[in-house]
Amino acid sequence: MTTRLFVPRDAGALAVGAEDVAGALAAGLRERGQEAEIVRTGSRGLYWLEPMVEVEAPGGRVAYGPVAAADVPGLLDAGLLAGGAHPLRLGRPEALPFLARQTRLTFARCGIIDPRSLAEYRAHGGYRGLERALSLGPVAIVDEVSRSGLRGRGGAGFPTGIKWQTVLRAEGTPKYIVCNADEGDSGTFADRMIMEGDPFLLIEGMTIAALATGASEGFVYIRSEYPHAIETMNAAINTARAAGLLGAHIQGSAFSFDMSVRGGAGSYVCGEETALLDSLEGKRGMVRARPPLPAHRGLFGKPTVMNNLLSFAAVPTILADGAEAYAAIGMGRSRGTMPIQLAGNIRHAGLFEAGFGMTLGELVYDIGGGTASGRPVRAVQAGGPLGAYFPPSLFDTPFDYEALAARDGLLGHGGLVVFDDTVDMAKQARFAMEFCAFESCGKCTPCRIGSVRGMEVIDRIVAGERTSENLVLLRDLCDTMRLGSLCALGGLTPLPVMSALTHFPEDFSTARRVAA
Amino acid sequence: MPALQALQAEFGFIPPEAVLAVAEALNLTRAEVHGVLTFYHDLRTEPAGRHVLKLCRAEACQSMGADALAQHTLGRVGVEWGGTTPGGGLTVEPVFCLGLCACAPSALLDGEPVARLTPERIDALLDGLA
Ligand SMILES: Cc1cc2nc3c(=O)[nH]c(=O)nc-3n(C[C@H](O)[C@H](O)[C@H](O)COP(=O)(O)O)c2cc1C
Ligand code: SF4
Ligand code: FES
Repeated sequence: MTTRLFVPRDAGALAVGAEDVAGALAAGLRERGQEAEIVRTGSRGLYWLEPMVEVEAPGGRVAYGPVAAADVPGLLDAGLLAGGAHPLRLGRPEALPFLARQTRLTFARCGIIDPRSLAEYRAHGGYRGLERALSLGPVAIVDEVSRSGLRGRGGAGFPTGIKWQTVLRAEGTPKYIVCNADEGDSGTFADRMIMEGDPFLLIEGMTIAALATGASEGFVYIRSEYPHAIETMNAAINTARAAGLLGAHIQGSAFSFDMSVRGGAGSYVCGEETALLDSLEGKRGMVRARPPLPAHRGLFGKPTVMNNLLSFAAVPTILADGAEAYAAIGMGRSRGTMPIQLAGNIRHAGLFEAGFGMTLGELVYDIGGGTASGRPVRAVQAGGPLGAYFPPSLFDTPFDYEALAARDGLLGHGGLVVFDDTVDMAKQARFAMEFCAFESCGKCTPCRIGSVRGMEVIDRIVAGERTSENLVLLRDLCDTMRLGSLCALGGLTPLPVMSALTHFPEDFSTARRVAA
Repeated sequence: MPALQALQAEFGFIPPEAVLAVAEALNLTRAEVHGVLTFYHDLRTEPAGRHVLKLCRAEACQSMGADALAQHTLGRVGVEWGGTTPGGGLTVEPVFCLGLCACAPSALLDGEPVARLTPERIDALLDGLA
């Protein structure tokens, strides 16, 4: 059998030269008259080691990284195909502490298999969930998802089982399944990794959702910033359809479901569910007041399940291995695993899937290895651009929906962005307001106008103009935005602003700024 | 919206005549189509340069020096955010997160992801453009 080499085609790996590495490997093999198959995979999520190349050696897989194209001749000379010794050799990937300490359920296959191969997906446990779901029927599937304790991974943490139950009971046909893959939060990339690295997982999850609720059509709304994800998703959908896993009478059953991809057009607020529905209908993405809930009147006015990609992607495992196994992991009311995304100024940046409950400190220091710059950590923003900044003194906070909320933060989509001691927190607070102003859908005055005012007020504070007066004004403005906004963009922008002000007041005083 | 996206994919931007055509074809008012066009940051009403650099300005990239990188890039090219060089060679636009936050700072250059950027790497990439 020809040896197999694995090179990621994940956008993050491509961005640091994976395509050149694959090209150099092909050329090097040809020159040496050696034979090997180069399989393009997703990423394992150890981004500081990307491009990470693996080889299926006689004793199992061996990883090398980070590999530059210029390293390839040396690697081949060192006996890469047999897993030979080389300074870049990392050993068995599963034995690397960053991977060994994870509980990979959603990411069990990502970076391992060829994402476009349905056969490999099945060989690695794929479609076991749908098989069991077909034998259970709608009510029992919803019950299984409810008992697993799964909560929405898109930000709000709403119980997925209750949402599906509502759509199952709702009157109206057709019903729709919509996957929110807008992934606009800075510091998050887990949705992208699944679409590029294990797209059949999402197809299976959405198919189970359709079976559970009686839906017949699905859409994956993918942001335009993700061209590679769009391409891989489309390819996988076509493959699944050709194999009878989408379309009429799936697997010979009475159940029919098909799905397609829709691209976004660069708007953060379109990740909000009602704005996303407007956008899918071809309109401006304006946030709608609720009720009606999308579960009752969603896409084209019909009952619609809308979930984040990671929520759907957790479902095949829950169905395959049972609700109890999933619910056994986690803490408090946060059950199961969360694909945590370690980003920004952190040494071991990447995807870390683990049960809820690790502390911020464990994640940043033990797993993440501190900052990439080698300087002290000063702040971590948890939960995206609407999430709070935490100082190291609060690093005992567990990564859990309730624990983060209790400290005026949020878990969001599971991103952690680390900053070293060169960060200017007044500037970060100003950016939060600027982002809100840039992305506001314009419906609410506190969000549209308040954010612009917020920028001006922070500018004045930083310039030392009537500081105490303006600080009061900033707090009032945050209260107005919090209480007077229809959605979380205006409503939660005060979180990063107020956390910066509360935990890093020195950055808002002129004295320190002059000294610095 | 798909109609506008298709037009942009074909022509690189959406000219005023097209707004009228889309409105008529879809039985919408011109104002409605215009509303959609101006809402989405991706949709352009003017042609972009031959090359487009979308530099990430969001938090994870900020933590790795995106602001300084942006200043360097805009200074070197001699444009403001959203601007195009006089010869129509390059447009530089801000973007808020590309999902490459574990290899920050990052950008899309003509749709291709590039990351772990430094001023030197940007210079090399821009020098490589025809
Ligand atoms: C401004 C704004 C942006 C949002 N962006 C996203 C997003 O990019 N992806 C996502 O899944 N949810 C996003 N949400 C949350 C969605 O509105 C919704 O709660 C979620 O898609 C529901 O799915 P879940 O229950 O599986 O989390 C956003 C919300 C707001 C207010
Ligand atoms: S808070 Fe902002 S984004 Fe949300 S609905 Fe109001 S104006 Fe639109
Ligand atoms: S913040 Fe720049 S790529 Fe995510």
